[in-house]
Amino acid sequence: MSELTLRQWLLTDAPTSRRHARLASLYQGWLTLRGNTMAMFGLGILIALVLMALMAPLLAPYDPFVQDLSNRLQPLGTEGHLLGTDSLGRDILSRLIYGSRITLYIVALVALIAPVAGLLVGTVAGYAGGWVDVVLMRITDIFLAFPRLVLALAFVAALGAGIENAVLAISLTAWPPYARIARAETLTIRSSDYISAIRLQGAGPLRIITKHIWPLCISSLIVRVTLDMAGIILAAAGLGFLGLGAQPPSPEWGAMISEGRRFILDHWWVATMPGLAIFTVSLAFNLLGDGLRDVLDPKDDNR
Amino acid sequence: MTALQIDTLDVWFGDGYDRVDAVKGASFAVAEGESFGLVGESGSGKSTILRAITGLAPAWSGSIIVEGMALTGRKRNRAFYKTVQMVFQDPYASLHPRHTVDQVLSETLTLHGLTDIDTRVMKLLDDVGLGGKFRFRYPHQLSGGQRQRVAIARALAGEPDILLLDEPTSALDVSVQAEILNLLTDLRDEHGLTYLMVSHDLAVIGHMCDRLAVMKEGEIVEVMTADTLRQNNAQHPYSRELLNASIVA
Amino acid sequence: MTLLDVENLWVKFPTRQGVFDAVRGVSFTLGKERLGIVGESGSGKSMTGRAILRLIRKPGIVEADRIALEGRNLLDLSEREMRAVRGQQISMIMQDPKFSLNPVMRVGDQLMEAYLLHNNTSKAQARAKSIDMLNAVSIRDAERVMRAYPHEVSGGMGQRIMIAMMLIPDPKILIADEPTSALDVSVQRQVLDIMDGLVKERGMGLIFISHDLNLVSEFCDRVLIMYAGRIVEVCDAGKLHEAQHPYTRGLLNSLPRLDQPRKYLDVLARDESWADAPSVGGQA
Repeated sequence: MSELTLRQWLLTDAPTSRRHARLASLYQGWLTLRGNTMAMFGLGILIALVLMALMAPLLAPYDPFVQDLSNRLQPLGTEGHLLGTDSLGRDILSRLIYGSRITLYIVALVALIAPVAGLLVGTVAGYAGGWVDVVLMRITDIFLAFPRLVLALAFVAALGAGIENAVLAISLTAWPPYARIARAETLTIRSSDYISAIRLQGAGPLRIITKHIWPLCISSLIVRVTLDMAGIILAAAGLGFLGLGAQPPSPEWGAMISEGRRFILDHWWVATMPGLAIFTVSLAFNLLGDGLRDVLDPKDDNR
Repeated sequence: MTALQIDTLDVWFGDGYDRVDAVKGASFAVAEGESFGLVGESGSGKSTILRAITGLAPAWSGSIIVEGMALTGRKRNRAFYKTVQMVFQDPYASLHPRHTVDQVLSETLTLHGLTDIDTRVMKLLDDVGLGGKFRFRYPHQLSGGQRQRVAIARALAGEPDILLLDEPTSALDVSVQAEILNLLTDLRDEHGLTYLMVSHDLAVIGHMCDRLAVMKEGEIVEVMTADTLRQNNAQHPYSRELLNASIVA
Repeated sequence: MTLLDVENLWVKFPTRQGVFDAVRGVSFTLGKERLGIVGESGSGKSMTGRAILRLIRKPGIVEADRIALEGRNLLDLSEREMRAVRGQQISMIMQDPKFSLNPVMRVGDQLMEAYLLHNNTSKAQARAKSIDMLNAVSIRDAERVMRAYPHEVSGGMGQRIMIAMMLIPDPKILIADEPTSALDVSVQRQVLDIMDGLVKERGMGLIFISHDLNLVSEFCDRVLIMYAGRIVEVCDAGKLHEAQHPYTRGLLNSLPRLDQPRKYLDVLARDESWADAPSVGGQA
């Protein structure tokens, strides 16, 4: 048995330590995910995006802010400017590469704020029940009733245009659905035997919510967030397009489309290239989300 | 001494027109060290009595006295959890799908304020015949019988006096049922436990219990000893009907 | 006469740890009789029933030398032809009626739909036939049940409705997979009696899959005992209690019995060789 390979060690049905058990179950999940070609495709794109953002200065052929008015609106495939240049003669490829940083920044911030807020509100409402549930869910309903862009507009108008405020505005409108999901999950989990069992050991609500309900809610939230990411990127791009998100000369993809729209008939690539970038990343998130759903579904026996 | 005394217990769900009386005027007493069975078909209210004792039922009236402590409402104190524990029917539903056996048992031990968790976890696993190699497995890596053993270990972690058994073997194969029932017999001897066992299976109750109550539509129709049952001396027509249905032709 | 002839049936599931064989080379025949298949969970008994109808979900694979329904090999049929066999010629009753009936359709509509699917007749006739069917499964107020939704009927009633629905196309073979294990003992009897009567009356073949040895010995003519995907023993149902194989004996002895009180129940000591021994043929 000393000839145990790493793979066998990870695939065991009889883990020998806490760490072993955790690693083994992670590996099982990874294998399931790996079996899903489309999800791997999505993951590949996202990893490429992260690498691109990290190594932007190395990858980008030009400074994204340097203008060259003599060289403006060059078409695709121009010598030195693979994706052409925009109205101020800036290299579109370089701007796209630097723009990935902003996209990731937005995605990361929203992913940190909205689901966490939703999880807190939803699980507390679902577990406590009674008037706590009523109050929290009515607040959720109020937020749900606001049109996302209008609320974001109001928010940005109050705090000033800028990427952070745009993120806050998006998060503020994005958390209610997560609260709904978390509450629905909590309601089914709450009445299950394993929750009754731990209550009979004298566990308090705080422990039950954080240690027993959260681990089960988080997986479906992760899936949902991944699937929503496309919408969030689009919302951020939309705010950028309206001039309320990232401000020029920032190479945010939505703002780039907005700038390019003036030339859309004669110089279509200026708006199309950032559009394609948004499309690709959104699609990647959707594909990955679908794959994650297969892996993280707690009802699955992982066989 | 009486371990558990229940008098004119009513349990109901809902209010007004929606009110459903699940248990009506149930009374019985279980002596210390005794095994008492509740038998009935689905919907007879037998499991509801266990849920009322543990505070999991929404509303009840009457009196429940556990080792001299009278229970009220749905709140139970620490002393109660140290005295009474429960094993659930479906071992596939009673273990947290994301917690290893180790997590389940150590958390329970911590909740009971015990120290020396490592040794105690191993001791519990040995007690229920699993052994250390199962310690770090997730529920989906265990068979039904193994899961039920973990659930029993969890119930025993706080060293209770009374164990409520809610159909502990009805989801298991007969050969596994035999193993679990034997384990429960052993544990009763070792720890001096009092059992209150619910089942739809007269043979299982007859095997495990000293006395039993037959329930029908929320009411206890007859209380008898297991010997009476075995000698086919049950009085109430419903008890006889159940008996006839469960005896091998 | 042989209705169904199964020879060397395998059901395989590829997993990460290699191929898992749920059923391993099972052979049996079914005439106009009640054939019981008993075994514990994981013995492959349900898989055998499903494999006959080719209802094994992917990635499962069904392999066999022959699954012949009155001489016609079901393995050669296309999925389309197979759909005609399911229901028309072989019907299946599952464990829990709650999951087999459509919750948002009235019972009557579901019965009539099943009838119209198989027969080209008027609605009125379908309705009359459905009521006949409900009467046949001893449902007295058939008119009321026709109007009810599945959640409004009890478990026993639901299972009887399922049986009625399965019998509408007049199948030659009925496969019942634990049809009564979700029911109370008293209701169990009624449902079994009804099934028994119908099978005898219509001269159907019945495959009765169950974990309950006593039930099978009472209710069937012949019993196959399965262990680890193979048939370890075949015997006449009436003589089940004289069974020879240590596994069968072990199962019987592990049951608590009211007439034989004892402190410990016998525990089944599993022997590696049971799983390796070749499958016993279940031909009549």
